[in-house]
Amino acid sequence: MWKWFHQLASPPHFYRIAPVFSTWLLLPGLALIAYGAYAGLFLAPADYQQGDAFRIIYVHVPAAYLSMMAYMIMAVAGGIGLIWRMKLAHSVAASAAPLGAWFTFLALATGSIWGRPMWGTWWEWADPRMMSELILLFFYFGYMALRSAIDDTAKADKASAVLALVGVVNVIIVHYSVQWWSSLHQGRTIMAEGGPAMDPAMLRPLLAMIFGFTLVFGSLLLRRTRTEVLHRERRTRWVRDLILAPEGNS
Amino acid sequence: MEGVAMGGYAPYVWTCFGLTLLVLIINEWRIRVRHTSVYRDIEVRIKALEGHE
Amino acid sequence: MSAPQRDVPGMLDSLFAVARRDLLLAWKRPGDVLNPLFFFAMVCTLFPLAVGPSAEQLTFSGPGVLWVAALLAMLIALNSLFLSDFDDGSLEQLLVSPQPLPLLAIGKTAAHWLTSGLPLVLVSPIVAITYRMPGSVVVVLMLTLTLGTMSLSLLGSIGAALTVGLHRGTALLSLLILPLSMPVLIIGANTVSLAAGNETYSAGVWALAAYAVGALSLAPFATAAALRISNE
Repeated sequence: MWKWFHQLASPPHFYRIAPVFSTWLLLPGLALIAYGAYAGLFLAPADYQQGDAFRIIYVHVPAAYLSMMAYMIMAVAGGIGLIWRMKLAHSVAASAAPLGAWFTFLALATGSIWGRPMWGTWWEWADPRMMSELILLFFYFGYMALRSAIDDTAKADKASAVLALVGVVNVIIVHYSVQWWSSLHQGRTIMAEGGPAMDPAMLRPLLAMIFGFTLVFGSLLLRRTRTEVLHRERRTRWVRDLILAPEGNS
Repeated sequence: MEGVAMGGYAPYVWTCFGLTLLVLIINEWRIRVRHTSVYRDIEVRIKALEGHE
Repeated sequence: MSAPQRDVPGMLDSLFAVARRDLLLAWKRPGDVLNPLFFFAMVCTLFPLAVGPSAEQLTFSGPGVLWVAALLAMLIALNSLFLSDFDDGSLEQLLVSPQPLPLLAIGKTAAHWLTSGLPLVLVSPIVAITYRMPGSVVVVLMLTLTLGTMSLSLLGSIGAALTVGLHRGTALLSLLILPLSMPVLIIGANTVSLAAGNETYSAGVWALAAYAVGALSLAPFATAAALRISNE
C-alpha cells in the first residue's frame, strides 16, 4: 500500500496514469450530471413555496459544496507537501486553487440569481452563506496572488501552504462570526436550515448532481495537476525522454 | 412545452444552468489549452537543444 | 542543568530584548508610529464629509467607521513589521539565534502592537466623542479595540512574514490580511453597536478575548514558519 502510494506520487508515473483515472472519473460524472439535470429540471415536483425557482438548487448546492471541498484539498495537500516534502502534493494545491475560485464564483452567481426572485434583490448582505462564500472567494484571490508574487516555485509552495493552513482556521471562524452577525440583522436565507426531509423525487437528482460534480471536479483537478507536473519537471530527464520518444504524444 | 417555462422563473433557472455549463466548459478548455502550450514550449526547447531531428 | 550556559540569555530575556530594541527604534523614528494615527484620524474625518454630519447619522455609523478606520490603520502600520530588519540583515540574526523563533516573533509582535495598536486605542476616545458616542460606549469601544488590535497584530505578523522581501508587497499584504481579519471586524464593530443600542454585548467581548488568546497561541508558530520560508 505504502509502496503503491509512493509510486503514484512519482511524477513520471503520475503523468502516465492521470489521463486514465481522469477518464474514469469524467464519464460517470457527466452521466450523473446529465441524469441529475434532467430529473431536477423536469421530473422533480416544484417546491410548494418557491415554485420552479427552487430548481436552481441543483447547480447552486454542488458549486457551493465544491468551493469548500477544493479549499480543503488545497489546505490538506499544502500541509502534506510542507510536512512530508512531497512535490506532487504542492502541484495538487496549486491546481486546486483556481478551480476552487471558479466554483466559488459559480456558487455566488447562482445564489445571486436565485435571490433575485426570492428576495427581490440581487444581493442580500445579511445572508450568512453568501457572505461566507464571498469571503472565501477573497481568500482564494489572496492565495493565488501570493503564489504568483513569489518567483521561486519551492518557496511559493511552502508560503502558500502556510497561508492555506492559517486560512482553514479562519474559514471556520468566519462561518460562525458571519452567522452571529446575520442573526443581529435578521438575516434571510434561501435554503431552510436542514429543514424537513426533502421529497425523495427532489433529493435524488440533488445527490446525483453533487456526486457527479465531485467526479468531474476530480477529473479536472487530475488533468490540471498533470500539466503542472509537466511544467515543473520540464528540465528533467524523463520529460526529455517523453518528448523525444516517437509515441510520447500529449 | 410548459416544463421549459419553469412557472415564470425560466430566465433565472436557465441562466443558472447555462452559467454552470459555461464554467465547466471554460475549465475544460483552459486545461487543454494550457497543456498544449506547456507541451509545445518544452518540445521546442528540447528539440533546439538536441539540434537535430 | 548544573552548569547553565552563561553566554546564552534566558528565553524570556531574549523576548524582552527583541521587544526593547524595536521600541527603541520606534522612539527614534516617531513617524512610523504617528503616520498610522494621522491616517486613522483622517479616515474618520472622511466619513462625515461623505455621508453627512447629522447627529443621527454619526451615532449610527460611528462604531463601524471607527473600527474600519482602525483596521486600515493597523494594515498601514503592518508593512514596517519585518521590513527594516530584512533590509539591514538583522532578521537573519534572529533566524540563527538559539532561542525558539516563535518566542522572538511574539517579542516583535508585542513591540509592534505597543507602537501601533495601543496608540490607536488611546486616540480612539477623542474621535469617538466627536462622533457623539456616550462615555459608557467609549469604554466598550476601547476594550474591543484593545483585544481586536492585539489579534490584528498577531494575524498581521503572519502576513508580514509571508510577504517580507517581496516586491509590490503592500497591496499583496492587504489582500492576504483583510479576509483573515473580517471576523475581528465583524465581532468588534457589532459589539460596540450593541453597546450603543443598550443591548447586552458581553458575548462579543468574550469572543474577541477568545480570538486574541487563540491567535496568541497559534499565530507565532505560523509567523516563525513563514519567516523561515521567506528567508531560505
